Amino acid sequence: MESVFGLVGADFALVVADSSAVHSILVHKSNEDKIMVLDSHKLLGASGESGDRAQFTEYIQKNVALYQFRNGIPLTTAAAANFTRGELATALRKNPYSVNILMAGYDKGTGPSLYYIDYIASLHKVEKGAFGYGSYFSLAMMDRHYRKDMTVEEAVELVDKCIIEIRSRLVVAPPNFVIKIVDKDGAREYAWRESIKDTSVPTA
Amino acid sequence: MKIDFSGLESTAPLCGANSEMFDGISTSPSFQIPDTTDFDDFQKEAIQMVKPAKGTTTLAFIFKEGVMVAADSRASMGGYISSQSVKKIIEINPYMLGTMAGGAADCQFWHRNLGIKCRLHELANKRRISVTGASKLLANILYSYRGMGLSVGTMIAGWDEKGPGLYYVDSEGGRLKGTKFSVGSGSPYAYGILDSGYRYDMTVEEAAELARRSIYHATFRDGASGGVASVYYVGPTGWKKLSGDDVGELHYMYNPVEPTVVEQEMSEA
Repeated sequence: MESVFGLVGADFALVVADSSAVHSILVHKSNEDKIMVLDSHKLLGASGESGDRAQFTEYIQKNVALYQFRNGIPLTTAAAANFTRGELATALRKNPYSVNILMAGYDKGTGPSLYYIDYIASLHKVEKGAFGYGSYFSLAMMDRHYRKDMTVEEAVELVDKCIIEIRSRLVVAPPNFVIKIVDKDGAREYAWRESIKDTSVPTA
Repeated sequence: MKIDFSGLESTAPLCGANSEMFDGISTSPSFQIPDTTDFDDFQKEAIQMVKPAKGTTTLAFIFKEGVMVAADSRASMGGYISSQSVKKIIEINPYMLGTMAGGAADCQFWHRNLGIKCRLHELANKRRISVTGASKLLANILYSYRGMGLSVGTMIAGWDEKGPGLYYVDSEGGRLKGTKFSVGSGSPYAYGILDSGYRYDMTVEEAAELARRSIYHATFRDGASGGVASVYYVGPTGWKKLSGDDVGELHYMYNPVEPTVVEQEMSEA
């Protein structure tokens, strides 16, 4: 089942998500990218109902872009996280979105940061966070092996430890994961960890 | 979130059928509304009463030459088979097909609605809508009605400027881009055949046979699927129906009856 987790390292933040699109017992797709590159220096890892996830993350992305167009400066990660929380909170008493979000970003001055936002609109600034069934495993792994001053290599090694633990201990473990990183050079895809190869879409 | 009611807009002006002013003059069409105080729950009850087509097997996949789409043709209401000749592959326009799983009426209505929107896009922009765009139109409509009882599980398959396209769209608002999907109660069986037989570089004939066989095996194991296995192919020049075979006949084609020796014959004592 769904596993999204992330952590903040020395001068970067990273988000990992499984890439399965599941309906009851069926895996419809195993290369679905659940981490959105929100803008040049922000990542949005989301889990939850597929419809809500797609609609809500896109809504946030477009509104963050709109803010940048109107004001000429991008939102800081903290601002974007608070905006996202606000949108979830207003929706909560009307038609709630069932999405949990990990937002990672890099800002000049503040450096890397990670925000934990859940579907009931709570917001926490964290150095490591996780959602879904995978969180039981990845949280413990990160509690044990995490250090504030990790390099990218050390962090990815920890991420791989988490993925191995999820794959070996979780009954309904997803086969594939995607890792994305954000640092001073921007947000980007770092690597895929695939144990099943899904035929990729040949045309763009 | 604003709900998109545009699909429901009537072209004729609304006015009462029994108005005295219009007596004798032709009145515009109107319909009776059920005599109930709680219209929403009445609808819910009505939907439960005539539970629409649920058991289905549909599949679609992209391969070298285009997209192959196939489906069975059975409609069931609980244990009752209400039809063996349903068109579950809906022709949206000459380049795009939709498949039908879940509520028959919901699928038919919203695919027809999508067809209208696609044609309007074509007239406004002087080019055909992309499969990506069309699937997103549908997904956004379905998402705006989420939680209101719609039941749709569909694949939008077609050929656009970028080549073959395939999306899975459902009434929970989910929309997935992919190369290989199967939807409906028979889908686990169909996936089994499809996954083991799939290659990207198949010929049209091989792909059509794989699709037909997948539907056949699904109808064999899934009681709610059956009837005719129809296979459509979408290529650069649009869609074409390749076959429509009764799965009963397919069964004997795939499993020929072997003559067996009679072990015991009844004889007069």
